[in-house]
Order: sequence, then structure tokens, then C-alpha cells
Amino acid sequence: MWQNWALSLYNKVSQMPVRRRAGSSETAGKPWTEFFIESTIRVLGFSTIGFVLLIFFFLLKEGLPVLWEVSPGNLFGTRWYPTFDIFGTLPLILGSAYVTIAAIAIALPLGVTTAVFVRESAPDWAREILKPLIEVLAGIPSVVLGFFGMHAIAPMVRTTLNVPTGLTAFTGAVLLAYMSLPTIISVAEDALDSVPKSYRDAALAMGATNWQTIWRVVVPAARSGIAVAVMLGMGRAIGETMAVMMVTGNAARMPLSLGSIFMPVRTMTATVAAEMGEVANGSVHYHALFGIGIILFILTFIINILAASAIFKKRRKGGLR
Amino acid sequence: MTYIRDRKGRFSKPLLRFSFFAICLVLLIGIGVLSGRGGKKPEIAGDPAGDAQAIENKGSDTLVNLALAWAEEYMKSHPKVRISVTGGGSGTGIAAMINGTVSIANASREMKPEEIWAARMNGIDPVQFVVAHDAIAVVVSPSNPVSRLTFKQISDIYTGKIRNWAEIGGENRPIVLLSRESNSGTYVYFLENVIRMGNDKSKLLFSPDTLLMPSSEGISSEIRQNPNAIGYDGLGYVTEDQKVIAVSKNENGPFVLPSAKTVKNCSYPIARPLYMYTAENPTGQIKDYMEWILSGGQTLVAKLGFVPLQ
Repeated sequence: MWQNWALSLYNKVSQMPVRRRAGSSETAGKPWTEFFIESTIRVLGFSTIGFVLLIFFFLLKEGLPVLWEVSPGNLFGTRWYPTFDIFGTLPLILGSAYVTIAAIAIALPLGVTTAVFVRESAPDWAREILKPLIEVLAGIPSVVLGFFGMHAIAPMVRTTLNVPTGLTAFTGAVLLAYMSLPTIISVAEDALDSVPKSYRDAALAMGATNWQTIWRVVVPAARSGIAVAVMLGMGRAIGETMAVMMVTGNAARMPLSLGSIFMPVRTMTATVAAEMGEVANGSVHYHALFGIGIILFILTFIINILAASAIFKKRRKGGLR
Repeated sequence: MTYIRDRKGRFSKPLLRFSFFAICLVLLIGIGVLSGRGGKKPEIAGDPAGDAQAIENKGSDTLVNLALAWAEEYMKSHPKVRISVTGGGSGTGIAAMINGTVSIANASREMKPEEIWAARMNGIDPVQFVVAHDAIAVVVSPSNPVSRLTFKQISDIYTGKIRNWAEIGGENRPIVLLSRESNSGTYVYFLENVIRMGNDKSKLLFSPDTLLMPSSEGISSEIRQNPNAIGYDGLGYVTEDQKVIAVSKNENGPFVLPSAKTVKNCSYPIARPLYMYTAENPTGQIKDYMEWILSGGQTLVAKLGFVPLQ
């Protein structure tokens, strides 16, 4: 059975067009090593797709049972008490959305202006220092940031804003903004970089000042690239777990009012991370946690698709801007 | 091999074809082996040939970490003994002991009369050992003037009825509720015995505003710096820089502070002994293990946040 399947796969694979270097002869047999390396790379490439599919099927297999084990009214209710079979995921979904949107609201202006500064107006020496520093920012482990947030930012938030506790959605959003900044800055910078020089020259020739050129011509021309930057940053923020779990307080309350930003929230990622360790394999709670995993997977998938489609749209028009 | 399409000299050599398949095969087998290994549990049955012995230990989720630590420590000095520890709850462990599938049951409560009766009917005479004590301390920030609370007050605080420290004799500050994550045994015990005040029919739950902290460190760090906060945790996890509250079950007291002494003489109300039950008077390896738990094993008890016997 599987031999037939493998054979048909082999036939398909072997018929796929392979781009050849110009000048290489079609008829002469390839050296053994080249074939070996080529097919290894091919197998590895396909296995990546296979792994993603396997993970997705695993997620579905473990998570879908929750749909018939828990009534829909319970599943999309407003209270999450898994120990007592109350599995309302709404506060968790809203919590994740709340923290992520707040994080992007903080990171977007910071990131884009940093990118504009690094790209357009920083002197060469400053750019040389700033760019590696931004890369270093991306390398800080999230648990370290979480510790920093728990011991430094949370007390500061509590005393300066005079709220009951510093473990709030806002604290989480600040940390997440900090974490998604490197992504946003480097992608937005690439977008600014690919704006043709002729645009700038034309604007300057029309008598626009440097500021007017940047703000009215270069940034609008790069806006789809900036949108991609924001979406990639969002993908990073929504999936972040450790730092969020340490600073958002993890109270599964419904964040309905605007003031909820200064109240604790519980995100989907923190819920899975905190509860997965002790949950009995195959129980309703276990399936519910995988159900949350499916929701997360779908959300990040949608965000990535949106980002990718923005890139492709622009590519078709000629170049990422 | 005639049904393989010839690709104009590209894959014409059988050897090359073979190598391509070999890679696929190796990958497939690799995946198979990895996934197969994940599904199977290691067998720890007794080795009939040697003098190795297997001890099955099952029960309370509160005790499971302590029981695991004991088993690991004991197996270090007794490499021939295999002890397997599983959770599942006190009732599950006791039922398994009654059915004869485990030799030691862990329980965070005493056996019920009907369970003892069922065991006797099965020809099993369970023997009870108190192996450690579990006490939960209620803590606030050192700067908080409140120093004593009744069960009723704690219950009202954690269900969100009392929202300001001024209502219970403190400063005019909002109360921030801290709790361990819902999967910890401490969470369930605190809910059932303090918030629901031991009433089985009570449907009270933690207020949705309760902050669920993933670790004891999370609770202690918030308690340390936030004068609004109230929290609870296993007595062994409470550090010096938290203020422990004296607790009373009734309106008028007595208000008791948790300590090794008050826990042992049962005057502190949020405490319970933890038990292990053996199917009969233990002999041989099981006897040795139980004796070790009651003597040498007690050093591990405090490390895991419980109160040791001595």
C-alpha cells in the first residue's frame, strides 16, 4: 500500500520542474553528489510542510472533542473555572485580543518612527550603533523580560497610576510592545528602504522639505510594508506566553470597559501554559486547552495570511514598498 | 522497476533511485519511532528473575509531588526497588488499594467508614500512616495593619463581597486577591474548606477578579510590594517578608497563627494531616520504605512546602 503511495509521490516529485543553472547540460548525467544533496534538500523541504500538517492534525485531534464534550453555551460563556467544568473561553479570547491590540497601539508609533529615524534621518554612525542594538533587543529571552516586568514595571505601574495592582493588561502590553518592536522596526525599515530613490528626488525637486518628503511621500509609499510589519509584530505578540503570564495577573475576568486595561486579564497562551502541566491526559479540561490552541492557531494563521497577502499584492504591482 | 518513469538520464541509475527512497524511508522510520516512543509508558513491573521489587503508589494529587520526591530519593539508595507514583485523587488511590492493584495509597483525608468496610469485605485490612502535615497560611503585605481574620471574612473577601480593607479594620484600600493556579491542590483545599467553609452544598467560587499566580514566587513578590494584596499558600512556601494572618474558624476566635506547633496540635484551622495507607501491616520492602518516609524522608517534606512530623 504505502509503497504505491511512495511511488506516486516519487513520480510527482521527480517530475517537478527544477530550475537549472544556465549552461548545464540536460542530457549528461548529474554527478552523484549533486543528486544526493538536491534530493536531501528536497526531502527536508517537503518534511517541513509535513510537520506543520502533522502538528495541525494533532491539534485538531486533541482539541475538537471539546466541541461535543462541552455545550456551546458553556464553551463561549464568560467564566473560566476549569476545575468545576466551567469552560467559558470568551474572557480568554478577549484578554488576548485586549493585550495584543494595546501592545500594537504602543509599538506602532514607536516602531515606525524609529524605523523612519534609522532609515531617513540618522547620521551614519548612529545608524551603525542603532541597528545592532535593535537586533539585540530581539534576542532577550521573554522570561527575563517577564522577571523585569514583574519586579520593576508592575510596582511602577501600580504606584504611578494608582491602581490596585500593577499586574495588569497594560503592563503586559508594555512588555509585548517591547518584544514586537524589533520585528516592526526591521520590517518597516526594509519597506522604507525599498521606496525608489526617484520618489524622494521628485519630492525634493518639487521643493518639499526633508520632513515633508518623509511624511507625505516616503511613508505613504511604504504603507503596505508597514502594515506587514504591524501584522508580523501582532503575530509575535499574540503568541507570547511567558512574560504575559508573569505580569498580567491571569484573572479570567471579562475586559469589557476601556478601564479594563488597568485591570488584570488572562490570555489564552497563559492559560494553556499554566494549566497544561497538571491536567489529566484525555480529560475534558485537556481537550479544552487544545481547543484554545486551535483558536490561537487560527488567529495567528489569519494574521499571517493577511500579512502575506499584503506582500504579494504589492509584489504584483512591482516591488515591496 | 519499469513502472518508474525515466527522466532523460536524470534519475536513470537504479542506485540513485534507491538512495532517494532510502532517505524517505529513514525519515518515515524516524518519525514512526519517535511517535511510538511517546505513546508507550515504560514498564516498571517487578523483575521476576532478580530480587528487584516494584511498589505501586497511587492517590492524592496534593501528595503526588511529595510522594514522587520520596520515591526518587529512596530509589537512589535502593537501586533494586522500583516505585511508581501516580496521582488521580485520594478516592482513586484508596479504591485501587482496596482492589489490590496498588500497595500504597496516598490520601489527603482519612478513609471513610464505608471504604474501610469495602476493604474488609475484600479481605484487606488497611493500615494508616500520617506522613506529613499540610497547612495553608493566609498572607498580606507587611505594611498592612490587618493581622487577624475569620473564615467568614476570608470567604467574603475571596468571593468579592468585601472589596476594601476598611471594611475589615484596615486602611482605605482596594483588596487585590491572589491565588495559586486552579490546578494546584492548595487551590481546591482552600476553596472547599475556607471559602465554602467546609459546606459540601455550597456553590461559592473564587471571584473572577482573583489573580491566579503561576508560582509561589509570583505570590510572594506581589505580596511584598503591594499593600493591597492578600494571598494564601502552603506554609512551607511562605517567606520571611510576608505577614502571616492569624485565622479563626468562628466569630470570636481563638485566632491562631500557623506554625509547626499549632499545625501538629490541630489548633490552626486551615491544616490537615496527609496519609498513606498500606493494604495490610507492611512487610519487607514496603515496611522499609514506610519507615524511611517517617524518619529520613521527612527532610524532603519541608522542601516541598509541607510541615514535617517532627
